[in-house]
Amino acid sequence: MKIIISILLSALLAYAIGIYGNLPWWSFVVTNLIVAIVIPQKSFHSFLIGFLSIGLLWGGLAIGIDQGNHHILATKVANILPLKGSYISLIVLTSFVGALLGGLASLTGSFIKMK
Amino acid sequence: MRLLPFLASALVTIGVIFVLNTQLSIGPTKSPKLGYFLSPQHGFWKNAEKVNTNFDATLVVNELKGEVDVYLDDRLVPHIYADHDEDAYFVQGYLHAKFRLWQMDFQTRLAAGRLSEIAGADKLPIDRFFRRLGMVYGAEKTEENINASNPVMKATVDAYTAGVNAYLKQLAPEDLPFEFKLMNYQPEQWTPKKTYLFLMFMSYDLTGRSATTDLQLTNTRDFLGYDLFNKLYTNLQDSLDPIIPKGTVYQKPSIVPIKPANADSNYLFHSSSVASNVQEAPDAPNKNNGSNNWAVSGSKTKSGRPILCSDPHLGLNLPSLWYEIQITTPTHSTYGASFPGSPAVIIGFNDSLAWGVTNAGRDVLDYYELKFKDSTENEYWFNGEWKSVTKRKEVIKVKDSADVIEEIPMTHWGPAMYDAHYQNPQSKGRNLAVKWTAHNASTGVETFYQLNRAKNYDDYIKAISLWTCPGQNFVLATKSGDIAIKQQGSFVARWERQGDFIMPGQDSAYDWQGIIPNAENPTIKNPVRGFVSSANQKPTEATYPYYLGTASSFPLYRGISVNKQLSAMSLITPQDMQALQTNNYNVFAATARPALMKYIQTDKLSTNAKRMVEELTHWNLFNEEGSKGITVFKIIWDSIEQAVWGDELAGSPIPLTKPDDYVILDQMLKDSNWSIADDIRTKDKIENFKDQVTLGVENATKKLLALEKENKITWALFKATRVLHLTKIPALSRMNLPIGGGMNIINATTDVHGPSWRMIVHLTDEIEAYGLYPGGQSGNPGSPYYDSFVDYWAAGKYYRLLFLSKEKLTQNDRTKWHIKFKTA
Repeated sequence: MKIIISILLSALLAYAIGIYGNLPWWSFVVTNLIVAIVIPQKSFHSFLIGFLSIGLLWGGLAIGIDQGNHHILATKVANILPLKGSYISLIVLTSFVGALLGGLASLTGSFIKMK
Repeated sequence: MRLLPFLASALVTIGVIFVLNTQLSIGPTKSPKLGYFLSPQHGFWKNAEKVNTNFDATLVVNELKGEVDVYLDDRLVPHIYADHDEDAYFVQGYLHAKFRLWQMDFQTRLAAGRLSEIAGADKLPIDRFFRRLGMVYGAEKTEENINASNPVMKATVDAYTAGVNAYLKQLAPEDLPFEFKLMNYQPEQWTPKKTYLFLMFMSYDLTGRSATTDLQLTNTRDFLGYDLFNKLYTNLQDSLDPIIPKGTVYQKPSIVPIKPANADSNYLFHSSSVASNVQEAPDAPNKNNGSNNWAVSGSKTKSGRPILCSDPHLGLNLPSLWYEIQITTPTHSTYGASFPGSPAVIIGFNDSLAWGVTNAGRDVLDYYELKFKDSTENEYWFNGEWKSVTKRKEVIKVKDSADVIEEIPMTHWGPAMYDAHYQNPQSKGRNLAVKWTAHNASTGVETFYQLNRAKNYDDYIKAISLWTCPGQNFVLATKSGDIAIKQQGSFVARWERQGDFIMPGQDSAYDWQGIIPNAENPTIKNPVRGFVSSANQKPTEATYPYYLGTASSFPLYRGISVNKQLSAMSLITPQDMQALQTNNYNVFAATARPALMKYIQTDKLSTNAKRMVEELTHWNLFNEEGSKGITVFKIIWDSIEQAVWGDELAGSPIPLTKPDDYVILDQMLKDSNWSIADDIRTKDKIENFKDQVTLGVENATKKLLALEKENKITWALFKATRVLHLTKIPALSRMNLPIGGGMNIINATTDVHGPSWRMIVHLTDEIEAYGLYPGGQSGNPGSPYYDSFVDYWAAGKYYRLLFLSKEKLTQNDRTKWHIKFKTA
């Protein structure tokens, strides 16, 4: 249960801070870190929480945007990046990049206040 | 706290942020900052526009004098209704920025020689070329002139500028256009100077070919000698059908330029060869930067009212050079194609008349060879004494690298573009100053401002009389029934061959002796034949009292085609005009094929070559999408040219200009033993056209068989027409379009070039207009409106343009959205 709360809270705060376009794109590193401190977890669990929270957030946002756009831009970008024009690959890549950094951020936080 | 794991984990996290936040080098280009680019709240996903976006908005803007209503129709064309002219231009600037910001930034950076600043040292050659050509210098002079003497234009450009900047002010970082994110840089504030830089770029695109061809022609003349040169690059065009009909009588010229006494020895027959220190230059503007326009009078139309057509042929790009717009204020109501970067409509119509332009192609750029006293380049020899230069400093900022500084000596003639510090393969070590009418302060934007408001023929003449560069053929049709065409610009009164080659720069006798007065520029109003037209051919026959420049600047065959068709037509409708603008008949091939057939020695051909000749014989002479015959014709013709003058041009260390198609064709038609046909490399044999044509067919067959194998022999697959994104990235471009046409064809669509805006205006009481361009109103690659006109354009179809009063437009089914601009 606590794990799910952590995931939701991390994702929510990451989304909220992402609304501020003037802040750097990686600002969710800070919010993930804070959540990991406030709700302490085991290291591995923390990584998983951070990974899933941002992975789901970025993946979900990308899927929603892509649906509304009928894959127009994602297909083009997936041709510019070496993804053979596959919008699905691009969504997976987007999700993974966010997830990886989110996981590392939460993991780092977990070491500050170990249970 | 577990310190070590914490430090390790923190370090890895920071490392990953760093990598994802850095542009990585991939070959010569750089990747976007991947984390930023992929972030759904910051990066490219934000540009993936909803396909059913609602563009309705209400905006509060301090700078406006009154409220402005903008209605967007189903093609995303804005219809601006404003109570004040300046408000309309403010909103035009705002909308250009909203839909085309990156393109406006990129095009003016290109013109200003500032691409290195965003793309790195790779772009230095092109930046240096434009700086040294005086692009910034020319824009500055225009700005000074307008600020000092033209308050109305200053207010217009200032309002436009304020509109662009009002958009920038409210632009959130996450909403930056896609390409800024991809290339990782930020937009700048717009300035009036950027508008003038953009117009300088159009001058370069339409008259700047001489910056390259004058060097090439000089080198070709040096290599061949003037006599042979004059045969291959003759100024005679036997089949010319000029803009002003043959037989027109011209008044005595008010300027009779005098050829300098020593011009034969010091100029025409002069030949030089100097060592070269190579630096690549950008490609010259396309030779076919041209266009068609024509107007037919009521006597030739079904309705009894004139019809005007205009289709400017330019490089085909995404986002398009053009942006459709309607501007309605109490002073005027105008619709047409505008340039993102400039106020007003450039090609269009209002409720009284319609106008269009084609390029004049006259030579308004010359080189003068300088002799500097020493390597400081502080003094040069002029009229028997050493004269001082001033130095113009141009600083080029380079991404990830040190600034590059150009110190350009400014001379009597203009900037010393080529000197010890700047050369290219064609400049061959010479010191060359460039003199160009685009360097003279212009008020060109006022021509369009006035045309937008013109009511009749006199207003049109007054508006275009202000036009200096690039010289254009302005065509006109009015509701009251007038049609007219005039070639207008600052044209140099030249003696024969003046400025075709590099001129001596030590003697003022070689200077321009005057600009031809506007009243003497070729013009015609309401001719008996019932139509006026231009297609970049020579404006007049040889009886016109001024030298027009080298004939190779004037494509010959499209004009013949247009005039032939228009002469034959009657009871014309706008639909007939659509068919004419997209007509694929090849008048050049129609003339050349019988000549070829006459010379082909079929008995000497291989079986495959015979098959190709068969294909050519049965071709219907139309450059249709699926045609095989045109590909066969083109490859055969190119091979014959190679056989005829490949020998004369062989052995030159630098590439020489190829003579024009008409030179061979005119000779084929009259003389089978033309001396140039002989291959001078075969000492024991004298070849004639029979030998060369037969050889050409045999050589072409090899290429054609290869094309057959690759399945690229049908015309559209062979020419592979594409509309390229300004960065040339294929994923953002439209490749391999199914479209016919080509060189010498009215539908002048080649590989990357063609009709960039097709417009047809029927001047009935309620104007009936059609048009489109190969692009879309949105510059955002993530929008469905990015390339929404491309397929229609390729198919030769047209949109009916909505040109309506505010009341009627708001009730029209095709009106979709409303943007309201309110004052604070």
